[in-house]
Amino acid sequence: MNGAKVRQQIAFSALGGITLLIVVPIMLVILYIVINGAGSVSWQFLTAAPRNGMKAGGIFPAIIGTILLVLGTMLFSLPLGVLSAIYLVEYARDDLFTRMIKLSVVNLSGIPSIVYGLFGFTAFVLLLHFGTSILAGSLTLAIMSLPVIITASKEALESVPFTYREISLSLGATKWQTIRYCVLPYAIPGILTGTVLSLSRAAGETAPILFTVAAFYLPRLPHSAFNQVMALPYHLYVIATQVPNIPTGISFATALVLIALVFLMNLVSIILRAHYRKKRLW
Amino acid sequence: MVENRSESIASRVKRPSAEAGALASWNRLRRRLGEPIIETCIKLSGLVVVVFVFLIFLFLLKDSLSLFRQYPISKFLFGTEWLPISDPPQFGVIPLLLGSIYVTVWAILICVPLGVGSAMFIAEVAPKHLKNVLKSLVEILASIPSVVLGFLGILWLAPALRDTFHLSTGMCGLTGSLLLAFMALPTIISISEDALTSVPRTYREAAYGLGATRWQTLWRIVLPSASPGILAAVMLGIGRVVGETMVVLMVTGNAPVMPKSILQPLRTLTATIAGEMGETVGGSDHYYALFAVGLVLFAITFAINFVADLFLRRDRK
Repeated sequence: MNGAKVRQQIAFSALGGITLLIVVPIMLVILYIVINGAGSVSWQFLTAAPRNGMKAGGIFPAIIGTILLVLGTMLFSLPLGVLSAIYLVEYARDDLFTRMIKLSVVNLSGIPSIVYGLFGFTAFVLLLHFGTSILAGSLTLAIMSLPVIITASKEALESVPFTYREISLSLGATKWQTIRYCVLPYAIPGILTGTVLSLSRAAGETAPILFTVAAFYLPRLPHSAFNQVMALPYHLYVIATQVPNIPTGISFATALVLIALVFLMNLVSIILRAHYRKKRLW
Repeated sequence: MVENRSESIASRVKRPSAEAGALASWNRLRRRLGEPIIETCIKLSGLVVVVFVFLIFLFLLKDSLSLFRQYPISKFLFGTEWLPISDPPQFGVIPLLLGSIYVTVWAILICVPLGVGSAMFIAEVAPKHLKNVLKSLVEILASIPSVVLGFLGILWLAPALRDTFHLSTGMCGLTGSLLLAFMALPTIISISEDALTSVPRTYREAAYGLGATRWQTLWRIVLPSASPGILAAVMLGIGRVVGETMVVLMVTGNAPVMPKSILQPLRTLTATIAGEMGETVGGSDHYYALFAVGLVLFAITFAINFVADLFLRRDRK
């Protein structure tokens, strides 16, 4: 072995060591939460309301709240994001306006989540009089998840071969018919993958819902979109920092349920992606 | 045209029932009206993102200006005291800005070498199956909610750091920096890895042809060629760290004072908004001051993302 080979060996081992330095903490974090939380997760914990100042009982209202928020977010952000991506891919010319849209998508994705919270509070809670409600929270989270949905949908639409459009147009279909029947069906799996991924982020966010929807302690279910709800991430924040003497088992179990929910959504997105790759026609 | 003619022929041959006629005219109507409507919707949706960015800016600006009518903007931008509930209140943003800068600089110092190093490992060294495992692990890290990491920080990291550095409290800047570094890793790793793998094959082949080892090629050829992308990754990592709220709110000790060391409690711009918004009275100076802090954050992240986008664009060329 000459010097260069030895140096390569050393360098590659160092890179491997660095990677290990990242991998080990990730696994430790997951293991730590699973080991400490699994003991306290029971059917009763998942289906009962918190009792006794959140020191006992379950987290059912928080789970339902988070699910409602995710659904509400999807309701607003999916159509808007997909239509906006269709515009960028199929209609937009390469002009100043298009560049402005692309720059806006980049900047929207960079805005801190707490700033979305401020915006949601003034725009939806106060200006539109939605109050602290599921509606206001969903809208806030929807704007936050727009950039990811747009980027994913854009990639999915762009990956549909151009010949599909040419053939459809040559058969006399209009532009929208072409998009509706020859482009969208093939892009949908990619769009869904991106959507589920962005929704899983929305499910774990705390800052945007702090002032727009989250209830500190509300052991009952909402009746309408104008009600407040508890949400899992905010609930974890509350019991971890705001309320003294919470049994750590409950905190860990809440963290575990939150992580499990987010991972489940990620898993759905990974399965969709794998399914999509297999069925791809080109 | 073709469809219209065939329909008229059909109606001459056989009188359609009222029902079929209604259906046909409904279809015609839908075709004539539906398409312009949906196309208008698409065009409006294209506009919507620009509108949102603009609206967010406008709302922040409007409420910030309400503060600056009562409280001089120079005192806000250059004031070194953040005492919102003392009399008279002080809304100097400098301690919060410094808090954010301290935490961010340390987080970036920790996570850039780690992130770029492991991106190099994933892109160039790891065999294919290991590569996939590592990439999914990074995705798992990306999906862990920040509030969970904050919770672990309180329970686990803060006491550990307190004992290691013999501090009075583990709730300090460094605890936040370490957690933020951890959280920024996925951004830095995935974008750096993209930049490394998108370096043209011919560059590598030319280097191998001249007798360079894989490491020499990676270090001298691939890494410099990917540097715009890696710089973009670092910028986006900074953006992520500056904007992160929950972790810093939970573990940095919430002391809005001028930070002198990373080992003392401090407070960032984001944590100030999240921590104080609930206590303010709507329409008070304090309330508006938090929007002014939001505006500062907006401006910082806007600049960072703009620069990162420029780098990414250069990388693609």
